[in-house]
Amino acid sequence: MKFRPIKDGRQEAAMFARRAVIGFLIIFVLLGVLGVRFWYLQVSQHDEFQARSDANRILTRPLAPARGLIYDRNGVLLAENVAAFRLEVIPEQVADMDALLHDLQDTIGVSDDDIARFKSLVKSKRSYQSVPLRLKLSEEEIALFSVNRWRFSGVDVVPYLTRFYPKGAGFGHLVGYVGRIDAADVERLDASLYAGTTHAGKTGIERSYEALLHGQPGYELVEVNADRRPLRVIDRVAPTPGKNLYLTVDARIQEAGEAAFEGRAGASVAIDPRNGEVLAMISVPSFDPNLFVNGISQADYKALLDNPDKPLLDRALRGSYVPGSTVKPFLAAAGLELGLRTPSDTILSTGEFFIPGQTRGYRDVRAGGHGRVDLVQSLAQSVNAYYYSLALDMGIDKLSDSMAKFGFGQPTGIDLVGESAGVLPSREWKRERMNQAWYPGETVIAGIGQGFWVVTPMQLAHGVATLAAAGVSRQPHLLLATQDGIGDAPVAMATPAAGPSFFRNPANFDAVREGMIAVVNGPTGTARTMGDGFPFVIAGKSGTAERFSRTNEVWQHISQVAIERHQVLFEAFTPADNPRIAAIVALEAGRGGGRDAAPIVRRMMDAWLLDQAQAQVQAPEAGEQAGNR
Amino acid sequence: MDGIFAQLRYRFSGMLRRPRFDLPLAGALVLLIVIGLMTQYSASDLDRDKAIAQGVRLLLGVLLMALVSRVPPSTLRNWSPWLYLGSVILLVLVALLGEGRGSHRWLDLHFVRFQPSELLKLTMPMMVAWYLNQRPLPPGWASLVVVSVLIAIPAGLIAEQPDLGTALLIVASGLFAVFLSGLAWWRIGLIIGSVVAAAPVAWHFLHEYQRNRVRMLLDPESDPLGLGWHIIQSKIAVGSGGLWGKGWHQGTQSRLEFLPEHTTDFIFSVFAEEWGLIGVLLLLALYVFIIGRGLWIAASARDTYSRLLAGSITMVFFVYVMVNGGMITGMLPVVGVPLPLISYGGTSAVSLLAGFGVLMSIHAHRKRVAG
Repeated sequence: MKFRPIKDGRQEAAMFARRAVIGFLIIFVLLGVLGVRFWYLQVSQHDEFQARSDANRILTRPLAPARGLIYDRNGVLLAENVAAFRLEVIPEQVADMDALLHDLQDTIGVSDDDIARFKSLVKSKRSYQSVPLRLKLSEEEIALFSVNRWRFSGVDVVPYLTRFYPKGAGFGHLVGYVGRIDAADVERLDASLYAGTTHAGKTGIERSYEALLHGQPGYELVEVNADRRPLRVIDRVAPTPGKNLYLTVDARIQEAGEAAFEGRAGASVAIDPRNGEVLAMISVPSFDPNLFVNGISQADYKALLDNPDKPLLDRALRGSYVPGSTVKPFLAAAGLELGLRTPSDTILSTGEFFIPGQTRGYRDVRAGGHGRVDLVQSLAQSVNAYYYSLALDMGIDKLSDSMAKFGFGQPTGIDLVGESAGVLPSREWKRERMNQAWYPGETVIAGIGQGFWVVTPMQLAHGVATLAAAGVSRQPHLLLATQDGIGDAPVAMATPAAGPSFFRNPANFDAVREGMIAVVNGPTGTARTMGDGFPFVIAGKSGTAERFSRTNEVWQHISQVAIERHQVLFEAFTPADNPRIAAIVALEAGRGGGRDAAPIVRRMMDAWLLDQAQAQVQAPEAGEQAGNR
Repeated sequence: MDGIFAQLRYRFSGMLRRPRFDLPLAGALVLLIVIGLMTQYSASDLDRDKAIAQGVRLLLGVLLMALVSRVPPSTLRNWSPWLYLGSVILLVLVALLGEGRGSHRWLDLHFVRFQPSELLKLTMPMMVAWYLNQRPLPPGWASLVVVSVLIAIPAGLIAEQPDLGTALLIVASGLFAVFLSGLAWWRIGLIIGSVVAAAPVAWHFLHEYQRNRVRMLLDPESDPLGLGWHIIQSKIAVGSGGLWGKGWHQGTQSRLEFLPEHTTDFIFSVFAEEWGLIGVLLLLALYVFIIGRGLWIAASARDTYSRLLAGSITMVFFVYVMVNGGMITGMLPVVGVPLPLISYGGTSAVSLLAGFGVLMSIHAHRKRVAG
């Protein structure tokens, strides 16, 4: 027989009432204990805690270090800290904030952007903390404010240090800029080092050498009154300023190159082949980094974003260019090294090249062909047929292996954030990317730097510098020396180790160089006038790639209306017998590499030459002089 | 003239009757909310936006209380097992895919993010009350085993999150229901004895940060810049308040930012610093009144389910006050339990007010001596 519970409601209610009373008594006693504990702390121990509370008046205030300065290799200032004045408001001392802001707007001019930023900052701070309203006041504005100061209680003009880039847009991409620390920076940076710092490097050198530029913060122990106003400084540990940086770039070459672009979109990189020092790194169009330091306005930012030429894109580091004929010297070098050609072997150019057994023709630039050409003439006249046949003999595997040795298809590893890798076509790349087999026709057009092949200007410059240094690769870099403070001796950075030479037979390098010299100096060269009047022999190679696919119907139209329908490039190094500068220029629109890009390279080399004549003193010493001005 | 007054009186009494709120309890809660908002406003350094945001949350809580008070206890009873099951499933989901800073507590339903552990604060006592309601009382060992399992599953999941404070509150809510159901004293003694004996084993399973909190309690001065900082600064705030307090918005400890988390877990310290022992005793008296009134409502409820549920909810309210007050005075370890209806934050306030909604409903359906 199953026991069925009998529920006695009355008895359960009585039981509950008893337990509730007991529970209440226990609670009462325990809360009484809590009350006694409060009595113990607040009455019995009050004096001790009162004393400790009064002693709790010492706050630690972080002191931000001054950011390191940035110079070019000759001590030309690229980034400095300048004293500026800003308008600050202490909200708790303002009776009617809206009226005050309106009044200030009428008096010295405060933009709606500033007010919006100010209002969001006020929310995140306490009411006795002063909040910046307008940064970088002009002298006129300070004067206007001073005259009217009596009208604005709780508003003050406060001095501060702000970052300034004297060269403006010319070094916008390279040096980069600092900006207010945001949520993403907070994750990246060490909070204990940045307690008093408002700005951090966002792009360029400012970003990649943030750790050197920032410095060590100090702190001060401040006694405050009950309203948190500082009474006196008890102790102070001064911050250590960030290191000053000397870059490898030469402002004169950079500026001469940029001017020669005349606003045409493109990029240029110049490297010293002997050590990998980047002498110039240009991306056109650029932007004024000073706009970003204290918060860029909506209108300015929109203008930059809406510009079809994308001024915010660092073309030198991230631009994608079809290298075209600029790859021919590299292929010639590979052909010689692999034993597929000798310098005197000749190829007959008939105007059209056929893969054996196929009917599709690959054209030469000159209708009817260049006739029979050897290696030097193949470079001087940029004969496609020579390289079609060479690439076909080499095969795509050996081709991409050899080109990888010059750095194609991979980031150069330069000391900047966000470098692109470009594309070096290979069987594996195509299978991974497109899941397709490799066709011989694609090998043929790879021979003239077309098809899938994409380079960044930095990558191509690195390749040319490697070739110029007789095949020895040195990693491009931008930091020349660091300096603890103005007046201290700069400490030079170690030169990066050299890789093994591409050339096992030095004569092979000589043959390629002879071809590149013929491009600039030979009677048939594609850049014949480029070296006129230059004291050193220049070796170079032009590249002209179609911007639009020929199968594209749009192109048919473009070819008739637009003369500048090509991406044009030029690569060069000089002096040919002992190269000290290798440079490349890429233009996004032009008629031909020799015609449009080569003059820019020449202008940069002229600037370099001027520098060679003037700079007898070593770079860091010159820099010291500049620092001591 | 008379007609108008009569009509007004009729309207007014009708309004009072409709929500069937227990006026003394409702009055005490409103008083508590007002004190809470004032302390909030002071602790956030007169940040109006923050005070308004908290006010809006509390208003939502009060609306939820009114809504819950309309649900008859019999309906709650019938739903109890399903609500319990649902909230445990949500807990499991949180364990599998939840998010939160450092610990997995939140469930993101895209339109609203909430902590399923808060649901257990209501569904746990509902479930235990529902179960005990069907069993012969006082409960025997068999019932105890079942109740233990009912408590242990969600409590274990929440302690794993890790949220020791909420786990503690949920275990307490189940145990209080068992206590109120008349569990024999000798059994209670036996259980407490075995828990004490098992304490060293439990120590072994605590997280390192939880152990540190217990260690800090024993000797906070040993680590004055690390974990002990909270306790020391809180004690200085409370102690320096003295008998009469420093006055509203005059507390230096929180204004100078020596007191951490001074709008959430340590709001009681701000209150004690500014209002002194007198204020603290009055606040504790208000809490005692709410608890007493809650137990009175429970005792006059119609059936065992309602009694156990109302009693358990009320006694858990005490646990909040005790654990938080013990923490800020350095009597108990630092466990994240808010001061009810005063600490900043919406989740606990809303679940607390929903609990009082249950009490209001039970009060409205109490046994009536006449009519």
